[in-house]
Amino acid sequence: MCATCGCSGETILEPHEHDHEHQHEHGHGHSHTRTVTLEQAVLARNDALAELNRKWLAERSILAVNLMSSPGAGKTTLLERTIRELGSELRVSVVEGDQETVLDADRIRATGAPAVQINTGSGCHLDAKMLAGGLQTLDPPEGSVVLIENVGNLVCPALFDLGEQARVVITSVTEGAEKPRKYPQMFRAADLVLLNKIDLLPYVRFDIEDFLDGARRANPGVEVLQLSATTGDGVADWYGWLRVRLP
Amino acid sequence: MHDRGGVHLHEMAITQSVVHAVCDRMGDAQIRRICLEIGTLSGVVADSVRFCFDLITEGTPLEGASLEIIQPTGRARCRDCGAEFALNDLLVLCECGSANRELLAGEELKIREVEVMA
Repeated sequence: MCATCGCSGETILEPHEHDHEHQHEHGHGHSHTRTVTLEQAVLARNDALAELNRKWLAERSILAVNLMSSPGAGKTTLLERTIRELGSELRVSVVEGDQETVLDADRIRATGAPAVQINTGSGCHLDAKMLAGGLQTLDPPEGSVVLIENVGNLVCPALFDLGEQARVVITSVTEGAEKPRKYPQMFRAADLVLLNKIDLLPYVRFDIEDFLDGARRANPGVEVLQLSATTGDGVADWYGWLRVRLP
Repeated sequence: MHDRGGVHLHEMAITQSVVHAVCDRMGDAQIRRICLEIGTLSGVVADSVRFCFDLITEGTPLEGASLEIIQPTGRARCRDCGAEFALNDLLVLCECGSANRELLAGEELKIREVEVMA
């Protein structure tokens, strides 16, 4: 309660100053203020929705994996190959985040897997509410795998928990070895790093040791798998990683 | 798109989240001042939040509020040797060479307090 005039308040840290005398019955038209301590996470609303997604997925024994990368790292190509090669073994469906187009979702549907497109418009990342809407539309079966292709961007998606079980960062040798040093928050958020397009290593300047050192500094102990979604080199390790995470 | 000092789209979303969180807690109360904690390792650029704050808060109870941002700097404890050290970024290793560290500060992204019309 306000010490000076008796108005109610949640928390008053400092008595505010009153210049005027208290000879009058005053209402609350005057402009004194009170300070309310919130100590609240900025993303509390998103985090609460993410927990609901996590519970929803767990109740259905669904493995949801959030795939994040910069544009052109090969997310969609990797998804296409994964669905073609694991489709008979795992039921895979895809949530596609994209700012404007449905091109990626069309590519996924061409593989025969169910896909739902979420256009984020000006938004640069998926959030938990968007994923909840995508899951409702997709209605994935129990025991299946949902691969979430986040918006191509190595900054914003790192901040938004979707309720996924695992986060995978995909980067490619054509992007340069400095990616973990430039985007440490993203690499810190990763449960797995996939280094894609290793078939192009003979043609580009890419220091793998430097890349691994950057990844280790940002996220000590993070697992890094090297593969080519185009040729299929190394993808067996990625499939193995997925299999052991199935509920 | 990560050009330090520039305005990124995620700071727009972060600032929008600040408005939502304050309205969830405070209803329609007119906010005069808001104090945020944005750690230097959080991935959110405080200047970008300042830049878009007026735009995002227009027409909300936060319109016209003064914005104060406290930026805790990075601190970590080494899990191997136990030393505590400062980090300017997430790439800094402990003096013992270990990357295995526990972050103690720097990743804050929260609303510390608001000042409302009583």
